[in-house]
Amino acid sequence: MGGTFRLFPEQASTMAGRVDNLYFFMLAVTVFFSVLVATLVVVLALKYRRRKADEVGANIHGSTALEVIWTAIPLLISMVMFVWGTSVYFALAKPPAEALEVYIVGKRWMWKAQHLTGHREINQLHVPVGTPVKLLISSEDVIHSYYIPAFRQKIDAVPGKTTTMWFEANKPGSYQLFCAEYCGTQHSGMIGKVVAMEPREYQQWLTAGAPAGTLTSVGEQEFATLGCVTCHNDRDNARGPSLAGVFGKPQQLANGTTVMADDAYLRESILNPQAKMVQGYQPLMPTYQGQISEDALVTLLAYIKSLDTPGATHDAATPAGTH
Amino acid sequence: MPAVHYLNATHGPASWFFTRDHKRIALLYLYSVSAFFLVGGIFAMMIRLELATPRGDLMSAETYNKAFTAHGVVMVFFFLIPSIPAILGNFLVPLMIGAKDLAFPRINLLSWYLYMAGALFGVAALVSGGVDTGWTFYTPYSTAASNTHVVLTAMGAFIAGFSSIFTGLNFIVTIHTMRAPGMTWDRLPLFIWSHYATSLIMMLGTPVIAVTLLMIVLERTLRLGFFNPTLGGDPVLFQHLFWFYSHPAVYIMVLPGMGVISELIAAFSRKPVFGYKMVAMASLGIALISFLVWGHHMFTTSQSVLAAVTFSFLSFLVAIPSAIKVFNWTATLYRGSVLLASPMLYALGFIGLFTIGGITGLFLAAIGLDIHVHDTYFVIAHFHYVMVGGTLLAYLGGMHYWWPKITGRLYSEPWAKTSAVIVFVGFNLTFFPQFVLGYMGMPRRYHAYPVEEVSWQVLNLLSSAGASILALGLVLPAIYLTYSAFWGRPAGPNPWGAYGLEWDTTSPPPTANFEVTPIVTKPAYYYAPEEH
Repeated sequence: MGGTFRLFPEQASTMAGRVDNLYFFMLAVTVFFSVLVATLVVVLALKYRRRKADEVGANIHGSTALEVIWTAIPLLISMVMFVWGTSVYFALAKPPAEALEVYIVGKRWMWKAQHLTGHREINQLHVPVGTPVKLLISSEDVIHSYYIPAFRQKIDAVPGKTTTMWFEANKPGSYQLFCAEYCGTQHSGMIGKVVAMEPREYQQWLTAGAPAGTLTSVGEQEFATLGCVTCHNDRDNARGPSLAGVFGKPQQLANGTTVMADDAYLRESILNPQAKMVQGYQPLMPTYQGQISEDALVTLLAYIKSLDTPGATHDAATPAGTH
Repeated sequence: MPAVHYLNATHGPASWFFTRDHKRIALLYLYSVSAFFLVGGIFAMMIRLELATPRGDLMSAETYNKAFTAHGVVMVFFFLIPSIPAILGNFLVPLMIGAKDLAFPRINLLSWYLYMAGALFGVAALVSGGVDTGWTFYTPYSTAASNTHVVLTAMGAFIAGFSSIFTGLNFIVTIHTMRAPGMTWDRLPLFIWSHYATSLIMMLGTPVIAVTLLMIVLERTLRLGFFNPTLGGDPVLFQHLFWFYSHPAVYIMVLPGMGVISELIAAFSRKPVFGYKMVAMASLGIALISFLVWGHHMFTTSQSVLAAVTFSFLSFLVAIPSAIKVFNWTATLYRGSVLLASPMLYALGFIGLFTIGGITGLFLAAIGLDIHVHDTYFVIAHFHYVMVGGTLLAYLGGMHYWWPKITGRLYSEPWAKTSAVIVFVGFNLTFFPQFVLGYMGMPRRYHAYPVEEVSWQVLNLLSSAGASILALGLVLPAIYLTYSAFWGRPAGPNPWGAYGLEWDTTSPPPTANFEVTPIVTKPAYYYAPEEH
């Protein structure tokens, strides 16, 4: 995008080209049918124009063959679009396993980004080119939507939930970041830039702004300050379940069902612990809804996710080579 | 003109405000709906003026947000939904089926009063400072964050909704029970079929939005936690409930327009609508499937993959009946006796613009593409092609076609043709650039946009220029139609040489519609004997 006149946005992610191909196909279909219908209308209206005031048209009621044709052809073309659109969606929706995670919090009217390294940014997001990046997005107040046109990606930031989106930038540059879901007075000011950098420059950027602690180490402090550790520890008589190795594994619940301990479940269990109780524990934990800021919650999530084996320390989730 | 007709049969304000004549009630709607169209249009012009330049320099962000909200609320709830059904439908449904009135004349009058009561709430909200949630009232913004007049506005839409429900009820009962002898279901004009389908949606869908708006009011006033997560609610639940009504509502807005177009094409080609049964069934098909596609408004809310794929599939299906209609209308012209009178110009314009509006809907049904264009100007362009290029053009075409029947007088045809062309040009110039803007990534509901986006400036300027041309094209009919109502030449019962019961009676019709109850012996659009 930027200073020149153009009719299509820049392609700056691995998915942008795939989305555009579908767009051009559908554009071609639109042009074809619009021109076809417009031509038929004009030609027929002129060819059969009324020549005498009392002239009437032929009493033709229809044609079953034609009805079948113009039901079947649009149906067929629509199904091609459906399958194509769905396959692009699957690719857009499913992040690769080895993606660099960044936490995003929307708040009227700014986007806060927290990297696992502890780097924090507002209305900016620095990412390396050539690495899949997975954003874990939440909102502190109302619904927002994280939108990067150059990457053809968008996902809503919904309060009380974690949504995810991924992209892999393939062209260094600075791209528009918008809030796409109306969120009040300064909605159109809730914009920023996503800066895609060559890996080497990205490393320099990380080093230059090295923060005091990583996201997980801040989360560990939060874990202690909030007193989580008094119940959630590895002792035999602990009042809460140990959280080590919990993330990404199915949990047996008190009501007999199981639940996958993903981001959404961890978030719910902090904000509303009684909703899905793990088997074998008393409902003692207070609700943290409204008691904990979204930023702090994000650090807690990062910390809990880093505990992949009992006794693991806070560096577990830090991507290699960032220190 | 006849000496006594529905307009001069009785006199005085009470004869209008307590009338039970469906034709007079249609005129009451015409005056009030037109007033709201003017209000909604003024807000549209404010929006286009502000966006002519990238900086938010004409009005504050608060004012802008209230302006687009007012534009949406007024146009959707107080113009588009009542426009064709409540004005033309009210006037024509009894006439076209050979009835004296609707089945429940008092309920019909009550519908108008409910509409006005709802409108009063809407106006009260506007003059006391407005509302800034957008016409979609998304939670938790509308219940927890906005400090504008959400409750008043929601109550306005809530009350106006009952007007819709009663109108739908009235039409359905009337069409079932009051058809003239010989007016069998397969002889009904397609205008009646489309109003029947519309009435089904009005009755089945509107109660859901009523409940939803009530939940908004309860959450705002009593802090009952339906949608706000801090009160234990789910913000996305609101979107499900809202679109469960509001997507079918799109068809409440466009189906009656399709009915108008069928009448216009038949009358100005002087032959039956091609594939009458398919066109009638397509209306019912649209009404049915329209209830099953609401999830396509929520592809970016991270709804489950299965739900997204299902809704995408059904959204593609709902396009098929619309495509069938477009092809049948076009085929109707074949071997017709085509007269390009002003109503026909609107009808042919409708076919072209609705085709574009319809196919661009498929872009939004394709999930992989919708992710990018959702909540951008692409969506704005798409639904304005359907709502303005479709419904508004059909409304104007229908108004011009039945104007001689409603008023008994003719208008200036050269002026009418001129303004039809101006509307067509102005419309395309306003909304075509918005498709491009949307794909470029410009989000909707933006008070200002980045200065460095040169293309956005050019495209927005074109759109604003188009809006002023469109406005001119809409002011002209207001002038020459008003002139015609007072000084136009008498039209006679059937100025177009059209076929249909409404053209068998005088213009304007008597209060009881027909001197004697008509007996129907022929199918609709019977211009020439059967051809074998």
